[in-house]
Amino acid sequence: MAFGGQCGECTECGKCERLLKGQSEVDINKEENKMEQDNSVRLYTFIIYSENVPGLLSQITAVFTRRQVNIESLNVCASSTPGAHKYTITAYCNRAMADMLTKQIEKKIDVLQANVFTDDDIFINETCLLKISTSIMLENKDVCRMVRLHQAHIVEVNTTYATIEKTGITSDILSLYDSLKSLGCVLQFVRSGRICITKGYTEHLDEYLADREKKRNSK
Amino acid sequence: MEKITGAEAMMRALENEGVDILFGYPGGSIMPTYDALYDHNKTLNHILVRHEQGAVHAAQGYARVSGKVGCAIVTSGPGATNTITGIADAMIDSTPMVVITGQVGVAMLGTDAFQEVDVVGVTSPISKWSYQIRRAEDIAWAVARAFYIAKSGRPGPVVLDFAKNAQTSMVEYEPANVDFIRSYDPDPDLDEGEIREAAKMINESVKPFVLVGQGVELGNAREELKAFLEKADMPCGTTFLGLSAIESDHRLNKGILGMHGNLGPNVMTNKCDLLIAVGMRFDDRVTGNLATYAKQAKIIHFDIDRSEFNKNVKVNLSVHGDCKKSLAAVTKLLDKVTHTSWIEGFKPYEEKEYQKVIDKALHPTEGPLLMGEVVRKVSEATNNAAIMVTDVGQNQLFACRYFKFTKARSVVTSGGLGTMGYGIPAAIGATFGAPDRTVCLFVGDGGLQMTLQEFGTIMEQGAPVKIILLNNNYLGNVRQWQEMFFSHRYSFTPMLNPNYELIAKGYGIPARTVVERSDLDNAIKEMLATPGPYLLQCAIMEEDNVMPMVPPGANIDEMILEYKSE
Repeated sequence: MAFGGQCGECTECGKCERLLKGQSEVDINKEENKMEQDNSVRLYTFIIYSENVPGLLSQITAVFTRRQVNIESLNVCASSTPGAHKYTITAYCNRAMADMLTKQIEKKIDVLQANVFTDDDIFINETCLLKISTSIMLENKDVCRMVRLHQAHIVEVNTTYATIEKTGITSDILSLYDSLKSLGCVLQFVRSGRICITKGYTEHLDEYLADREKKRNSK
Repeated sequence: MEKITGAEAMMRALENEGVDILFGYPGGSIMPTYDALYDHNKTLNHILVRHEQGAVHAAQGYARVSGKVGCAIVTSGPGATNTITGIADAMIDSTPMVVITGQVGVAMLGTDAFQEVDVVGVTSPISKWSYQIRRAEDIAWAVARAFYIAKSGRPGPVVLDFAKNAQTSMVEYEPANVDFIRSYDPDPDLDEGEIREAAKMINESVKPFVLVGQGVELGNAREELKAFLEKADMPCGTTFLGLSAIESDHRLNKGILGMHGNLGPNVMTNKCDLLIAVGMRFDDRVTGNLATYAKQAKIIHFDIDRSEFNKNVKVNLSVHGDCKKSLAAVTKLLDKVTHTSWIEGFKPYEEKEYQKVIDKALHPTEGPLLMGEVVRKVSEATNNAAIMVTDVGQNQLFACRYFKFTKARSVVTSGGLGTMGYGIPAAIGATFGAPDRTVCLFVGDGGLQMTLQEFGTIMEQGAPVKIILLNNNYLGNVRQWQEMFFSHRYSFTPMLNPNYELIAKGYGIPARTVVERSDLDNAIKEMLATPGPYLLQCAIMEEDNVMPMVPPGANIDEMILEYKSE
């Protein structure tokens, strides 16, 4: 990002305040770079839009593996923009690595846009399914209590097993799983991986595509 | 509309892209295409190499000196895998190239068919774009897209994996044109804020220093660079690949950056107050220890590839875009100033390096021949106007240090990948890319033997490569490291050499060996006066070291000027 000095877009970063105090743009940026460098490892969410062409997924995951970053979860499907696929990938790394990964992914010819977010910037959701033993569920009233407590749904029951569905953030899902597991009734457990929607008033992909169309037409 | 085979459509699509030369090697899965090529030999000059690695390196050499897209064509399986080194080399050195590989028919894909290999899977991580053409209908579009991607933005290699059924099936061919891809912007608009800020930072600087990379040549921005440097009177250093981006003897060119570069530019990197990088990527061979690299300075980075910003070196300002435009835009806003005393500051380092290293390398009076003196004499004998091609190792380092440049696109060397065996085929390609220029190849006895078979291509084509074999009977650069960092334990670096003169003569290449210093001038004269190829073997001092040197991991301003073996 350029430093135009007109950092009027937010109130959090304190850049404007420091500018008013006479600190130069360059020094502020250097400081921030330093902060970024020192940043510890945390979970980042990468949201990537690409053209729907075969082979891109392996190219994108290769960007992570080559830099020794392990992918925690990965979700790929069509997006609301016709023709564009959306990838939601989570991984633990530091800020500098997250930025590098984003730029390297975006460099792939058929990738439209890649952005990286922390959990504060996005609304997150995840689904899990649990298959539990019906007999234990009937024996132990805590099982149903836990399901209700976690606002999970029982979607199927038969004499052998029951299927439970829970949608929520990762920690809620893991909490449900841990409590049911401690009751010894879990036969299968599966998680969808994270999907999310960005907070904020601008739709970056739409803006990007509109911008590109303008460029196409000016040719 | 008339229907033609996919192979014929490929020929027409290549002609539509202005291709007039292909480096290649036929084989089973590409035979229909070679059959079509048979009828296009007037417009598409096919150079038969002797190994597929030779085809890709030749295409690279061609591309480097001509600025056009190099094109290689090979068969499936081993033909394709033999091109991998060249594709990876072109990727890291940003060389525009299209490689067409044959592939088994679609029906056979994934069955472990004869000579089947997952070419797209193998080449995706080392190419700018890799695509499998499965239907003849896709040929026109895929070829147009391939060439557009290879040459635009930051150039790079593109692989087209051409399935056999697509070569043989019939199609109505219509030329395609691709000059826009919505997910790919090779010519980003300049950001006014970045330009203004860059100019402001330069105008405020009293000790600016510019790092010049190959991006300047790739962007055809030599004139813009010169105007930029001269207006604000800024000294510069170049990377190996950026060597001919500015004349060697330009007043503001202070020499080479990095591990085996010059003392002045390396020391001053850590003394300047503003470091301005143009079209270079802060390779570890250029920066040395990153923790101490230019920490005192503000840093501006001009590049067309956004992913290079803050990759290795954190910068204060990035200027995204084509440097031909961005340099010109910034130059307009620069104050016309002089930095006389700052520039004078390079002198003591230049004198020190000259006295301790350069003078000894160029003007020895006794002992065996040295690489430095040979390189400089060849350079001077061509009026410093020739194309320098190198292999990799000591020959490369000495050639880059002591060859001089006056013309654009005069450097063909494997910078990022460091590919031994690159030299001979790349030099062949260069003779086709710049037929009016003298092409001088500096190669060691190690690298020569890695692609020695291309002597056959030189013979067949009469390619006028002036091969200067710097023979020291060692894998010299590794030997140097063994001497300096591995207690003098020469693990498999001494080499028993064949009679290279005889080998050259077997291929009809005139050859001569020089042992005595007094014969050198005459031999060089003879080499340059002989039309066509020539092998000049120089018997080089066996255990000479490339100096000065920044030891691996050391600070960039801590160059060793002299090394005495214990």
